[in-house]
Amino acid sequence: MTATSTDPQVHPPAAGAHSHGGPVTKTGSPAERFTSRNPDDFAVPSGREEDWRFTPMRKLRSILRPYQSEGTEEVSLSGPQGARWSIVGRDHPRFGSVLRPADRVSALAFANVSDILFVEIDAEAQLSEPVNVTVAGKPGLNYGHVVVEAKPYSKATVVFDHTGNTTDTANVEFLLGDGAQLSVVTVQDWDSEAIHVSTHTALVGRDAQFDHVSVTLGGAIVRLSPTVRFAGPGGSAQLYGLSFAGAGQHFESRLYVDHAMPDCSSNVVYKSALDADSARTVWIGDVRIRPEATGTSTYELNRNLLLTEGARADSVPNLEIETGEITGAGHASATGRFDDLQLFYLQSRGIPEDEARRLVVRGFFADVLNHIKVAALHDRLMAAIDARLGGQPSDDAADSAADETGTA
Amino acid sequence: MSKLEIRGLHVNVEETEILKGVDLTVSSGETHAIMGPNGSGKSTLAYSIAGHPKYTITSGQVLLDGENVLEMAVDQRARAGLFLAMQYPVEVPGVSVSNFLRTAATAVRGEAPKLRTWVREVNAAMSVLEMDKSFAERNVNEGFSGGEKKRHEILQMALLQPKIAILDETDSGLDVDALRVVSEGVNRVRETGIGTLLITHYTRILRYIKPDFVHVFFDGRIVESGGAELADELEANGYARYGVNEPADTEAVTAGA
Repeated sequence: MTATSTDPQVHPPAAGAHSHGGPVTKTGSPAERFTSRNPDDFAVPSGREEDWRFTPMRKLRSILRPYQSEGTEEVSLSGPQGARWSIVGRDHPRFGSVLRPADRVSALAFANVSDILFVEIDAEAQLSEPVNVTVAGKPGLNYGHVVVEAKPYSKATVVFDHTGNTTDTANVEFLLGDGAQLSVVTVQDWDSEAIHVSTHTALVGRDAQFDHVSVTLGGAIVRLSPTVRFAGPGGSAQLYGLSFAGAGQHFESRLYVDHAMPDCSSNVVYKSALDADSARTVWIGDVRIRPEATGTSTYELNRNLLLTEGARADSVPNLEIETGEITGAGHASATGRFDDLQLFYLQSRGIPEDEARRLVVRGFFADVLNHIKVAALHDRLMAAIDARLGGQPSDDAADSAADETGTA
Repeated sequence: MSKLEIRGLHVNVEETEILKGVDLTVSSGETHAIMGPNGSGKSTLAYSIAGHPKYTITSGQVLLDGENVLEMAVDQRARAGLFLAMQYPVEVPGVSVSNFLRTAATAVRGEAPKLRTWVREVNAAMSVLEMDKSFAERNVNEGFSGGEKKRHEILQMALLQPKIAILDETDSGLDVDALRVVSEGVNRVRETGIGTLLITHYTRILRYIKPDFVHVFFDGRIVESGGAELADELEANGYARYGVNEPADTEAVTAGA
């Protein structure tokens, strides 16, 4: 099932949508996704491969072969009681406990990284504040590796904040114990030359809850591959993404949710806006429901808003269902331009056109941004988006008015 | 005193002429009802005045207090004092009613309303329309029922205080209770002395909102004008005298609903 669309087709909520509930047609057993820890098991990609066909490979030459990590990223951490972190070696038992490299860049980073950032959330700890991992990059080549272990029944938020100008290939592993609730926000607010290719992979324990929000606003090439597996029944994964691509920016998100345990759920909402003719976004959403994953519920949504002529958004949802015993499965994808009727409606109430456009784009992104519960971060990202849209710092009075109107 | 003058208005949709010379003047304090069968061009008139991009004005004038409305951008028309309550209000995902109303009020009034008085003002206007407070937190028109959409339109009319309001089939899709509540909301705003152009297919809303003038719209122009008694005539005989077999009375609406 492939939908590559740049058609002017805005926000029809059901456009391209369909669901698989009730009587389900099994799609057969697809080939197993190839994974390996040996980089040489992956040929150097040329750009013709399915995995790389959307990516501008010429700019990625430097990361397709092993390199010496130049250590030009400054990583700093802060966090409340209940969270601990340290730099560990490759011999740490959690290193590689979740990751199964699925492409050459991920395998190279895994094979060559030496320092691993290990973050532990204590069992049953309820963190009062987020754990902040800030990465400030300077020009140079870097390998990165992070392992976050959320022990059973812990509840925590971990924020990754990437700024500066660097080349970064990395793997991030999330290991969720039974009943753990881990909320991850990863912000890619790089300078315009940065290259960032990273796999985020989670193993979700029994009844555990994994929320992952990816926000990409800056960088030349940002290619993130969030993948999720379940280690026991009853887990849930919520994957949200926001990309705002401008001139010369290529933002790619490749998701894979592998349902192999019963009674788990996954929900994917990824949204992109593109505001230059040379802007590109790619969204690949693969979901596999294996025969043993009965009672699965999954939905994927991708929406792309083209703010200028010439911008291109590719969207490829893919759902493989190998059992009829599921609760529900579906996906929807649509790419379109500004909805003239929305603009007309807002303008007919006196709102000037540029402000009406900002309202529409903010509204378009709202259901992703609203999953960022760290207020200061939410506000910073909203302000960055407003600035991109040519707006003034937003007037929070309107939001307060909502609260007062609602509770008065 | 304000005055909306429509003079010799001709409007095309793509290559087809829909309005074929409309002349009408609406002044402050007056309520004009435009009645006509389906497809007569009533809604085209409303959207053309508001500036909908789908409609092309081929000739004629629309003046608000002598200013040429047709040269204004859509938002300028609203700030000049025109308001259109739409038959099919548009969903704006992710934008809360509260944020939308305040942004619109700020634009129309030229400054942000003071938060404290604004909250009171919104709550008062919502209670007239029997709207729950939680309504303000929902996204604009998203998942609204037909009745909620119409209440929301009239709520905006109350808060934006236009000089001239055009209500396009505000009665369509409303049950009796909702029609009463919405009509009361409209009447509250009318009492402030604005001019109202009420576009409708059926006479039933005219039981709640009493027009000073009734105009029959047919084939892209006004074919007959009179006082409120013209609505009674339409209620009794429908649009048969204009060669259209469509009733205009309430009973027929209820039976056919």
